[in-house]
Parts: sequence; structure tokens; C-alpha cells
Amino acid sequence: MNKIESKNLDFYYGAQHALKNINLAIKENTVTALIGPSGCGKSTFLRLFNRMNDLIANTKLTGEILIDNKNIYAKGVNVDALRKQTGMVFQKPNPFPKSIFENVAYGLKVNGIKDRKEIEERVETSIKQVALWDEVKDKLKKSAFELSGGQQQRLCIARALAIQPSVILMDEPTSALDPISTSKVEELIYELKSKYTIVIVTHNMQQAARVSDKTAFFYLGELVEYNTTKEIFTNPKVERTQNYITGRFG
Amino acid sequence: MFQLVKNIKNNSMVNEEKLMKSKKRQQAIAFGLFGLIGYSIVAILVAILAFIIIKGFSAISWDFITQMPEEGMTKGGIYPAIIGTLYLVLGSMLFAFPIGVLAAIYMNEYVKDGFLKKFIRLMTNNLAGIPSIVFGLFGMALFVNKLGFGDSILAGSLTLGLLALPVVIRNTEEALKAVDDTFRLASYGLGASKIQTIKNVVLPIAFPNIITGMILSIGRVSGETAPILFTVAAYFLPKLPHSIFEQAMALPYHLYVISTSGTNIEESRPIAYGTALVLIIIVLVCNLSANALRKYFGNKVKMN
Repeated sequence: MNKIESKNLDFYYGAQHALKNINLAIKENTVTALIGPSGCGKSTFLRLFNRMNDLIANTKLTGEILIDNKNIYAKGVNVDALRKQTGMVFQKPNPFPKSIFENVAYGLKVNGIKDRKEIEERVETSIKQVALWDEVKDKLKKSAFELSGGQQQRLCIARALAIQPSVILMDEPTSALDPISTSKVEELIYELKSKYTIVIVTHNMQQAARVSDKTAFFYLGELVEYNTTKEIFTNPKVERTQNYITGRFG
Repeated sequence: MFQLVKNIKNNSMVNEEKLMKSKKRQQAIAFGLFGLIGYSIVAILVAILAFIIIKGFSAISWDFITQMPEEGMTKGGIYPAIIGTLYLVLGSMLFAFPIGVLAAIYMNEYVKDGFLKKFIRLMTNNLAGIPSIVFGLFGMALFVNKLGFGDSILAGSLTLGLLALPVVIRNTEEALKAVDDTFRLASYGLGASKIQTIKNVVLPIAFPNIITGMILSIGRVSGETAPILFTVAAYFLPKLPHSIFEQAMALPYHLYVISTSGTNIEESRPIAYGTALVLIIIVLVCNLSANALRKYFGNKVKMN
């Protein structure tokens, strides 16, 4: 069974046909990289999995997106509940202007968890998962803004993990980070793989090659090629893929 | 040949120098001009303040602020006018603040871009531009007469509230717009609903600016004369009002009447200046607290 699947998926921003007939299946506990030049639709595609595109006016979707074999765009789907299943990490770290503790606890509180002890335990667990605990355990009440960019991004990942999603969606999570923070986050992705299904949009092909099991190459709204990362980068079947990964265009 | 090249080089260097000098001169003139304008504005403000302070200082005393007026406004204090203004400010804010903030939240977080939004915005801007005397007449017609509240603190507060409403709406909208969308996205991504996002993320971030706007409205409302002319203001009341259905005295109105048609204009002059001074002090205190509060909340929001 596939964890995530898109079937005959077309997506429009107004009149603009942003995604064309995308058919793609992602297995559980894998890391899938979405690569392609700017404007190819990879971020749009990512945002379909937690229906964040719903927040944009004048969009249209045809086809299906299935998570755990259920169409998440079916009528009557509870979008807030769906988003609990999927955690999202954004390009620029965006912790709330709250304390470190409150940031990670936020997802728990808005989803109805009131027990103080449970919240504290889950916050600690999540922060430990992202290897940030030792650095922040003595300053949980301090503002999240006092952390460095890399720490903030790891905090945002902890925030997403706290609600115990099964899927993690990452939209260029390291493009605003320095190389050391980037490698820490990549290590993290590797560790999280055993428990979560991760989809990561990245501009950085080396990163895709480093962290992902499978890679999907998008171009102008089409899924050009989708294969194991090894195949894509060493033996691409489509010429366009070959041109992109060798830097002929970007 | 070499000499020619050297000449051309020298010429272009001289031209460069000339250009630099001209740029420096232009900059100096421009900055000088801006500085002059900036300082003149300060000078005007200082002149007004100095005038009022000098003329009104002699009238200020503890008695002035806490006593009732005596002997046809030539002696005594302006206590009831101060209290009246306070009641009106409180009343108008009780009305304008909740409605204004909720309206702004609706406009900024719920309404989609389109005709309706443009229409509401147009109407709000027009409301902001209505002359205050027209508000006064409207208030009289609606609150005093039609709804039968009579000349009262209630009628006056509602009228002043209407005056302050578009300012609160616009200001709150700006405060909400200034909240980076990325925070909303992060909140939605965690499964929060729109209401939860507004309550837990957007409002706390926008709060300092919203409060600042409210305090500035207070400063404005305390000085308005026309809206209270036909709706609440009385020249002299022997006792403080006990209910919102009674009339009240108010500082701007008091100042106006004392200076133009009181029983003894010349003798009341010092009191008039004293009243003006008190009014200005209230506005100044409002503006300074708005600044201080914004700084305080600005820090608090980060530490939350």
C-alpha cells in the first residue's frame, strides 16, 4: 500500500495550469525529493498533501490525492484533522514569537491537549528528537528568536513532530541555513525516516542525492521522471532530466 | 601622445572631482532643507506648548483639578469637566474598540478580495472623513432625539464612538496586515483552525500596534468639541453626573464656552488657559503612554 499517492492530478491557479496529470506514489517510511527549476510546480505539489493551497483564492484541483488510501480532497474531509497528520516545515524558519516551550507546545494545545504533564513530556520528546534538547533545556522559557537560524529550523521541525504526524512535508528546509546547520538537518531527516514518511522539495541536487530514497523531477508542471535517487542521478532515462541534473539549465 | 593621454586623464579626474563636489553640495543643501523643515515643525509645536503653558500655568493647582467651578467660572476648578471627559473617553472606547477591532479582523482575515471588501473599505474611509460637526448633528438626531436618550453621557459616548470607529478599524487593520503571513501558515500547518490562529498567533503579535492605535484615538476623542455640542455637553452642572443618562461637562466644550460666551470672559481667561493646558497634557500623556506601552508589549510578545 502506498502512503501517499496522486492520481491524475491537475491543479490550476486561476487560468494557469500549474500541475499537469501528475501520477506519483510514495511508500511509507521513505524520503522522496522533489526537484526541478523555479516555477516547475514542486512546492505547489507539496502543499497539496496538507491542503495548504486551500488558503489561496481561485484555485482548482481535479484528480485525487490519497493519504493512507483515502482521498483527502473528498467532500466532508476535516482539513484541520488532516493537517494533524502532516507536519510542515517551511523554507525560512518561522517559530512563533513565543517561548521555545510554547512553540513546540502550540500544536498540542490547539489540538485539544490540556494535560500539563503530557504536554511537557511530548515537548521534551520532540525537542530531543531533533537533537536540540541539550542546547535549550535550560532556556525553554526564553524567546525562540534568541536561537540561531539552524536551531530555529530544528525547533520548527520539533514543533511539527510534536503533533505526531505520519508525514513530514519540507519545503526547501535548509536553503536559508548555513552549511553546518544544513548537514545537521539532513542527518535529522535520515534518522526520522524510520518513523515518518518524508517529502522534501529542494533546489539543491546534492542534497537530494544525499538524503532521498526516490526523486521526482518536475518541469513546467509535469512530472518528467520519477525513480530511485540512484537511478535519477546516475542513469536518467529522460533527456531533460539529464540536462537538469548536469546543470544545462536550472 | 603621452602628453595627450595624460591631459585626457587629468581632465576626467578633474571632472570627477567637480562631480563629487557638486554631489556633496547638493546633498548638503537637501539635508539642510529637510533639517530646517523638521526643526520648524518642532519649533511650531514648542511654540504652541510654550504659549499654553505660560498662559495657563498660573491657573494650575491641585484645587484647580479637584474643585468645582465657582463664582461664574472665574474661580474654582474644572474638576467636573475633567471627570466628564474621562467618562466620555471611556464610553466611546467601550463602543468603538470592540466593534472596531472585530470589524478589522473580519476585513483582514475573512473577507476575500473583491467588490465587497473594496466597498466596505470605501465606506470606512468616507466615515473617517465626515466632519465632526456632522457627527454631532447625527448623534443628536439619532441618540438624543430618535432613541430618546436625551442629552446624555450615553448619547455623547456613542457619537464620539462613531467618530473614533473608522480610526480604530483602519489602525487595527494595519496592525493585522503587519503580521507576517508565515506565522499564520505555520499555525494552519499544525492543524489549528482560523479562529485559533487569530486568537493565539495573529492577535498577540498585532496587539502592541492595536493598543497604540486605541490610545491615540483616546487622545483625539478627548479634544473633540463638535460631537459633544448637541449630545452631552453642559456648561455648568452643580453635581457630577450619576448615570449615563445625565449630561456632563467636558474639557473642550468648557474651554470653548468660557472663552466666548461665559458670564465674565476676561476674568475667566486664566481658567480658560488652564483648561487648555490640562487638555494638552492629557493628549501628551496619551501619546507618550502609547509609545511606552508599545515598547513594553513589543518586548513581552517576544518573551511570551
